[in-house]
Amino acid sequence: MSANAEPGDAIDGFQLGERLHVGTMASIFRLSGPRGSLPLVMKIPRLGPGERAVNVIGFEVCRMVLGALGQSIHHPTLVAYGDVETTPYLVMEFVDGVRLSDWLDRAPIPPEEIARLGSAVALALDDLHRQDAVHLDLKPTNVMFRATGEAVLIDFGLARHGHLPDLLAEELRIPIGNWVYMAPEQMLGVRCDPRSDVYALGGILYELATGHLPFGHPHSVAELRRRLYRDPVPPKSLAPGIPEWLQEIILRCLEVDASERFSSARELAVALATPAEVALTERSTRQRRAGLWTLARRRLAAMRFEPAPCPPPSTQSTVPRVVAVAIAPQESNERLRGALRGAVKGVAAARPGSRLACITVVPPAATLSGVGDENSATGRHIRRLVELRTWAKPLELPEERVTYHVLESDKPASALVDYATMNDVEHILIGAPGSGAPPRRFGGVCAQVVGTAPCTVTVVRPEPED
Amino acid sequence: MKLALFADIHSNLEAITACLAHANALGADRYAFLGDLVGYGADPVAVLDLIEGHAANGAVVVLGNHDAAAIGRPDEALNRNALAAVAWTRAQLGDHQRAFLASLPLTVTDDNILFVHASAAAPEQWIYVSGLREAQDSLRAGKATYIFSGHVHEQKLYYTGADGKALAFHPVPGAPIPAAKYRQWLAIVGSAGQPRDGNSAACYALFDGERERLTFYRVVYDHTVTIRKIRAAGLPERLALRLERGA
Repeated sequence: MSANAEPGDAIDGFQLGERLHVGTMASIFRLSGPRGSLPLVMKIPRLGPGERAVNVIGFEVCRMVLGALGQSIHHPTLVAYGDVETTPYLVMEFVDGVRLSDWLDRAPIPPEEIARLGSAVALALDDLHRQDAVHLDLKPTNVMFRATGEAVLIDFGLARHGHLPDLLAEELRIPIGNWVYMAPEQMLGVRCDPRSDVYALGGILYELATGHLPFGHPHSVAELRRRLYRDPVPPKSLAPGIPEWLQEIILRCLEVDASERFSSARELAVALATPAEVALTERSTRQRRAGLWTLARRRLAAMRFEPAPCPPPSTQSTVPRVVAVAIAPQESNERLRGALRGAVKGVAAARPGSRLACITVVPPAATLSGVGDENSATGRHIRRLVELRTWAKPLELPEERVTYHVLESDKPASALVDYATMNDVEHILIGAPGSGAPPRRFGGVCAQVVGTAPCTVTVVRPEPED
Repeated sequence: MKLALFADIHSNLEAITACLAHANALGADRYAFLGDLVGYGADPVAVLDLIEGHAANGAVVVLGNHDAAAIGRPDEALNRNALAAVAWTRAQLGDHQRAFLASLPLTVTDDNILFVHASAAAPEQWIYVSGLREAQDSLRAGKATYIFSGHVHEQKLYYTGADGKALAFHPVPGAPIPAAKYRQWLAIVGSAGQPRDGNSAACYALFDGERERLTFYRVVYDHTVTIRKIRAAGLPERLALRLERGA
């Protein structure tokens, strides 16, 4: 029987090689032999007498969810599987990489490294969430990194895919999953909220930043429930060197109410990739945990805690989408500026929840010829920001719906397209070339953006003068 | 084996034709018609002749409550519009169609599959499987690994969890669902001829027995033709409007 499989055995034509892992749930073997170019592993669950029922269901769930996911760099591809009753196994792509848990041995690690790792994991989660799936067992041993830097999520035994019946829905008397990183709503049986993964990632970031677990190792459901009212020790009080933006991000991920966290893993990835733009709140400077009074109040509230409703499937996502408008630095053509405003107004009105990103691209500071106050990088940056704000003011959009960005690049088109890709921009509006009085750098840029943007691009041209 | 499952066709020729074409394009090689072939719509004879043709080639066909009513078996559960349609339908049917309907069984069992219009717990009582309790009753009584039904017009998949209790899932059209044979599954395939979930597209499902995969589909068809025919036949206006609204 495959439960006792050894290197050298053959199962359904697959030749077992080195045993890579023996766990409580499964063993993993490299596969040897000429089976195409993709390196493969076989995962054999520990089933049979004495093994837990959840292992069987976990195996089935893993096969179903991996089978339903599209091919992606962010999770292993399922190649074959055996019948659960006779020869249960999964054959998957062998992910050659390092586990996230390897970094924990060195924790605390520098903020920049945390941001890089965390952002990669958040992007992998976002990929999953966009396919209407939630991992629900995110922990350092379930994340690997490819040599190219992408994070790969593994072990989908507790995952939930919105297109598939949830086989684990009934197994909820005792919360299943890793209690260390488990989100409060998941603890109460909610299995459809992608923000549960955001919470778990917050726990991992906490651990990477401080070397401590945010809620320790709960040994009972009562201990586990404590996270409903007991806030974690602020990371800065454990490791004072932690920057405010990182504490802000971590504590926001760890909010009890899912609606107070980042609304999507994508938003978290962007925050980690652009620390300077993280909006800081009281969380960022918090020095100690809530006092006794607050704690008592929260304990009472926790008894009535109702998890936030799961967001609708990603296909009809309500995650705020970004509309970007690109404005050439020192754009002086008032008619074009007006036409852009008119176009933006129309798009913003049609997308009530959307956010407007006003962007301009300037050459990097180093390539500026002049030195001195007038031309200093900071001075110039501020002037461009003021220009953007002045342009946007007549739109009368609420403050929280508009952001301003001065990107530095020699290649304005690539900078815009990169921004759009990273921030999941849904629509770019850009002024038409030749509509300004003097010929400008933005001319060729427009064509390039239209050609390479990952989203809709509207080229705005003012109406001709009479 | 790719088994196409159609239910609650209700004399809607355009819808069943579109669903059959869709299933054939996906390689369906067997068909099952899960009852309520007639009622509501204006094409009872054409629909019955079409289905009888498939039955002659081995398709499974079971009886529904509207079919029973159309051959004179009383049904107190039917509302005014349904009764008006039953009366109209009865007048359209010839001896041949009546004999075909009268020959239909309430259930058909084929290996590990049970075909039944309503609940397997009491097929002749036309119980609506509209919740977990009814689903559990049908699963327990039906015993088969796969139970394919209609009667309720919305697509739904019930399955047994580890503790033997029924769980429900609202299927996503076009997304294949692995339905392994060591659990019990009850699929309500949805109404082809009179959808009621606010979407006018016809419902059906396709079961791939070898790969143990079940996929629910929605098929857009030209319901304006069907509506015109219902009006021309003088059937209640509500029956025409329903098709447009899908409710």
